[in-house]
Amino acid sequence: MPDVTLRVNGEERTLDVPEGMPLLWALRDLLGLTGTKYGCGVALCGTCTVLVNGEAQRSCVLPTEALAGAEVVTIEGLSPQGAHALQQAWVELNVPQCGYCQAGQIMNAAAILASNPNPTDQEIDQAQSGNLCRCGTYPRIRAAIRRAAEIQGGAR
Amino acid sequence: MSRHADDFFLALDAAEDDARPGAGDAAAWVRNLSRRDFVKGTLAVVGSGMVLGVFVGCSEEEANQAVMDMISGATHGPRAPGEGGFEPNVWVRIFPSGDVEITNSRSEMGQGARTAMAVIVAEELEADWARVKVVQAPGDARYGDQNTDGSRSVRNLYTPLRQAGAVARRMLEQAAADQWGVPVEECRGRGHQVTHAGTGRTLGYGELAEAASALPVPEESPLKDPGDFRYIGHTVAVLDGQDIATGRAVFGADVSVPGMVYACIQRSPVVGGSVASMDDTQTRAVPGVMDVVTLPALSFPVVFQPIGGVAVVASNTWAALEGRRRLSVEWRAGPNGGHESGAYRRDLEASVDAPGRVARSEGDADAALAAASSKLEARYYVPYLAHAPMEPPACVASVHENGCEVWAPTQDPQTAQAMVAMALGMQPQQVLVHVTLLGGGFGRKSKPDFIVEAALLSRAVAAPVKLQWTREDEIRHGYYHAVSAQKLEAALGDDGMPTAWRHRTAFPSIMSTFAPGVAGPSDDELGLGAFSVPFQIPNLKLEACDAPAHVRIGWLRSVSNIHHSFAVNSFADELAHAAGRDPKEYLLDLIGPPRVLDLYDGGASAYGVDTTVYRYDTGRLRNVIERAAAASGWGTPLPEGRARGIAAHYSFVTYVAQVVEVSVDDQGRVRVHRVDCVCDCGQVVNPDRVRAQMEGGVVFGLSLALHGEITMAAGATVQGNFNDYPILRLNETPPIYVELVDSAEVPTGVGEPGVPPLAPALANAIFAATGRRVRDLPIRL
Repeated sequence: MPDVTLRVNGEERTLDVPEGMPLLWALRDLLGLTGTKYGCGVALCGTCTVLVNGEAQRSCVLPTEALAGAEVVTIEGLSPQGAHALQQAWVELNVPQCGYCQAGQIMNAAAILASNPNPTDQEIDQAQSGNLCRCGTYPRIRAAIRRAAEIQGGAR
Repeated sequence: MSRHADDFFLALDAAEDDARPGAGDAAAWVRNLSRRDFVKGTLAVVGSGMVLGVFVGCSEEEANQAVMDMISGATHGPRAPGEGGFEPNVWVRIFPSGDVEITNSRSEMGQGARTAMAVIVAEELEADWARVKVVQAPGDARYGDQNTDGSRSVRNLYTPLRQAGAVARRMLEQAAADQWGVPVEECRGRGHQVTHAGTGRTLGYGELAEAASALPVPEESPLKDPGDFRYIGHTVAVLDGQDIATGRAVFGADVSVPGMVYACIQRSPVVGGSVASMDDTQTRAVPGVMDVVTLPALSFPVVFQPIGGVAVVASNTWAALEGRRRLSVEWRAGPNGGHESGAYRRDLEASVDAPGRVARSEGDADAALAAASSKLEARYYVPYLAHAPMEPPACVASVHENGCEVWAPTQDPQTAQAMVAMALGMQPQQVLVHVTLLGGGFGRKSKPDFIVEAALLSRAVAAPVKLQWTREDEIRHGYYHAVSAQKLEAALGDDGMPTAWRHRTAFPSIMSTFAPGVAGPSDDELGLGAFSVPFQIPNLKLEACDAPAHVRIGWLRSVSNIHHSFAVNSFADELAHAAGRDPKEYLLDLIGPPRVLDLYDGGASAYGVDTTVYRYDTGRLRNVIERAAAASGWGTPLPEGRARGIAAHYSFVTYVAQVVEVSVDDQGRVRVHRVDCVCDCGQVVNPDRVRAQMEGGVVFGLSLALHGEITMAAGATVQGNFNDYPILRLNETPPIYVELVDSAEVPTGVGEPGVPPLAPALANAIFAATGRRVRDLPIRL
């Protein structure tokens, strides 16, 4: 099994990772970072989304051994105090229902806002539609991404 | 075995449910348990302060006896369902620090039960919301029936929880009065402290907790005037919001215990199938794979048994999955190997062509139809549906020397406890079931088959096991919402209104999961939207037609209301168009003038409620229709190509009407532009969560109307993941406008009633937009 060194939430981690093991399971089972969830295993639902070098990636299909040197951010590392604009907006608008898909939703939205600080509804729809939510929190997700953009704008 | 069917149907059955904990507006008995030694043994958190137990669903004598039993030490430890005796259903505790702790017995799956339970207590206690903590109860009969289904958490516990809060407040007021030497009437608990009216002196709840704990429960603890509510009816942020937004919330697969191994299972693709041969050579070669365990095939009735198959146990989830991928298993299909959706649909269609078991009959619909010169007939079809919660089943089980400990996202921890005990040959008291957050339930997680699997594997490998279902497992091994065919016929009078209505419905029954030889729909399922048709028609008949089961049938969010509402509301719209009438006005005329319906003497479901308290009031149904129409701009012009459809449905004692605005492009693609939803659920506890449930109900309804279809080939499920069992996406989600009716009526259910009106409202809108009538789901134009 290859050793892979990568940065997870700002910390350098060296993992003795089985060949082919997707990042999702390395995070959950090897590092105990259970904030990132399994949803489909084949990049169809976005539940497992994390940031890899700043881009939203589906960790369930990302072989860990290919990530040597990569910078990985999970929901646990999005903001040290849990106070990222998206997290604030999420709590303010009571977005979650069951909550299971929400880490993936937030991480995907974080990538959107990083590249487009003030997305339109249409841009949100386009960029966030790969993240499924069975509870139907979509209208609030849309509103919360807009709200987070406002919070970020206000902070600048 | 039938207890589990009862467990479900008791929630729906009026007569029996009256005897159940928390039924309807049941009395509650509050007892001071602070100074009892047993409290230390039964509460998770040990400390001093005041502890109240709330007994629901028993007589006062039984509550008193229960306290005596607890003092005598007879009732320590987890209790099994049906073990006898009562213990408090709810614990309310006030610590000397002033912290208030409420033990919540309901599972949280996104509906907001944890928050709502605490809000109700906090309201009457006049507590500072920031000081209220919620502890999740494990599965234990002491909490009454914990099965979190049937949209009944608030409905059943509203009054008992209010009483608990009121008693606690009164005792704190009394403690303050004693300390000041003043009459208790001059003392008022508010804002987490008691204030003396004459002098303005105050004592905090924490300061009073010890003294209050020594007091008897007062004779009188008046409830607040709802006009003075500060939390109930006002939006309170969900308790778990911050944990969810930061990834700290714990779901089924997030639990970790020392020595834990990981497992997944290759299950028989056909219900009742078994392993014919198996080669695990390749599997055992996968690094990390520790063991391969064959699980026995299930027997009929299926109940909550594991489906059977081959399990791979490994040092991490990925190794288990990889090991499973390399298994080579040949299956014997068993008795359901010939189940095909196409052929089965033809059987269902034939079934509704013949008379069925008569479930409701007023006048003589057969004669009126035979004699009618003007008639309308339509057939409706809804396929199997899978639950597809974003969290597939997953849990941890640890069998140890003296029992088994489980951490699971379960809607029904007591049934999990009973089923695990049965599978392991233990007493239920030996099985401790911790309830994690549920990553969506929708009815799937009231079936503990996956928990039993984990327990069996833990015993087999003598280690704690984390069992992970994949998405494919979840889609292929569900307890499906029943596939159905329905035929509706009406005889039309000169005014276009029906003089006769005959409704035949055929679908495999949930009862088939629990009992052999069930031929077709049960009365309880008919009570979900078919028996309860509120139309004023002189000749009206409902017939249940045979449909044998070949898969595991289960309840899915709003259950039979899904297909019954689709057919009934669609047919009402068809009749309106046949009469050349406005569908909304016609629907109101079908319902007739405001009145209280008394449909349930016949024995069909009234959602387990006392119908003298929870009346089926067509005035409230009319009101939500009028309001949804008004909110949507019903009757006002729309851009070219757009049209509206309306539907209304009574379920779980709640009234919901929805208007859908739609357009269809020349490729047949449906675009939903907006949905207006009006809900009358009586007194609202947490408006934001009720709105969220309506929004979620609309999205769930859109998913099933536009995408939902499970089909069977050679007895096995064809679909497997979100590519072939899609659910609604953000870019398909319209703006959803929810209005809640301001009401002081008793609170009713909200988790499910948002679903049933959506599909017919959408289908009716599509007809209005295109002239094409949708009679099959999912919608394909």
